[in-house]
Amino acid sequence: MSIFRKIISALRGGASEVGEAIVDSNSTRIFAQEIRDAENHLTKAKRDLTDIMAKQMQAEREVSRVKRSVSEHEGYATQALSQGNESLALEVAEKIATLEVELNDQLQANQSYSASAERLKHLVKTTERQLADYQRQLSMVKTTESVQKATAAITTNFSSSNSKLLSAKESLERIKAKQQNFDDKMQAAEALEAEGSDKSLRDKLAQAGIGEQQTSANSVLERLKAKQG
Amino acid sequence: MNIHTIANYLNELADNSHTGFSFDCLPIAGEVDVLQVTIVNREELPIFVSVTEDQILCIAYLWGEEEVNQQTRSEMLEAMVEMNIPMPLSSFSKIDNKYVIFGALSVNSTLSDVEHELAVLSDNSLEVIDEMAAYLI
Repeated sequence: MSIFRKIISALRGGASEVGEAIVDSNSTRIFAQEIRDAENHLTKAKRDLTDIMAKQMQAEREVSRVKRSVSEHEGYATQALSQGNESLALEVAEKIATLEVELNDQLQANQSYSASAERLKHLVKTTERQLADYQRQLSMVKTTESVQKATAAITTNFSSSNSKLLSAKESLERIKAKQQNFDDKMQAAEALEAEGSDKSLRDKLAQAGIGEQQTSANSVLERLKAKQG
Repeated sequence: MNIHTIANYLNELADNSHTGFSFDCLPIAGEVDVLQVTIVNREELPIFVSVTEDQILCIAYLWGEEEVNQQTRSEMLEAMVEMNIPMPLSSFSKIDNKYVIFGALSVNSTLSDVEHELAVLSDNSLEVIDEMAAYLI
């Protein structure tokens, strides 16, 4: 059963009681062991791969060395033949034959090293993918457990502090009211400030005798005198 | 990264926050350390933060099953699933009989990422309750 399904059925089955493990600790241990095994395989496969690749490089060097040697000796044989030295040419030809056997061996070794290297590279990739998968699954188990424990701590905290949980709507209303209150205060403060700056300007204008003037006793008397006249 | 580094960061933010919110942090002791983060003026909807090996989980409780109008329950669930992707950074889940909204961050996130996450989660939770109020009792 996949771990995903296990978690779902455990949650559905009411295993979410506080303190009850969502996935038994045995599964977690098995997972941890599988991860360790996969990691060991990976380390070994990578080490083997390095060895094989080193051997492959050696075999390649050997192949080109023997090839060079063969063409060198072919040159010697041709030279011996052109000198009419048949027996020397035959001796060189024998050497070439031995070299060709060696070349064949090295080519075969090289081929088998290449094949092994391919296999190991594939194994490393598969193991890496498997390891990532195990780690993801273990993380799911651990997260589920951690959330449960966290929930247990939160629930205990709420019940111990006696704080009543409000309903979602009540909470929202309260927060909105606070926000409204805050907005109102800001508006009031702004209005007050605006009024303040307005007033000080009017005062300045009045002092300078500009704008609407306050009616004074003198100005009333002046007006009455003007009417009489 | 642990809940104490997060608490210290949020508490020291004061007026220098990038999000314009003031945070109050209260560590809750238990088998797993949990940090209760409240945003000033939104005390009714606290966010609970826990740090595991590979992620930081921020969870806010939305409403309980008992608050759901059972007649329109499946419509509510569908609306929530549909809203899951458009809603920035947060997703829905259910823990026991409570619906929650949560966000998960990598443990390699910066503290300012965590602050941003908390602000967005809080905004989302208010908006979700407002939008879903019709399905609630």
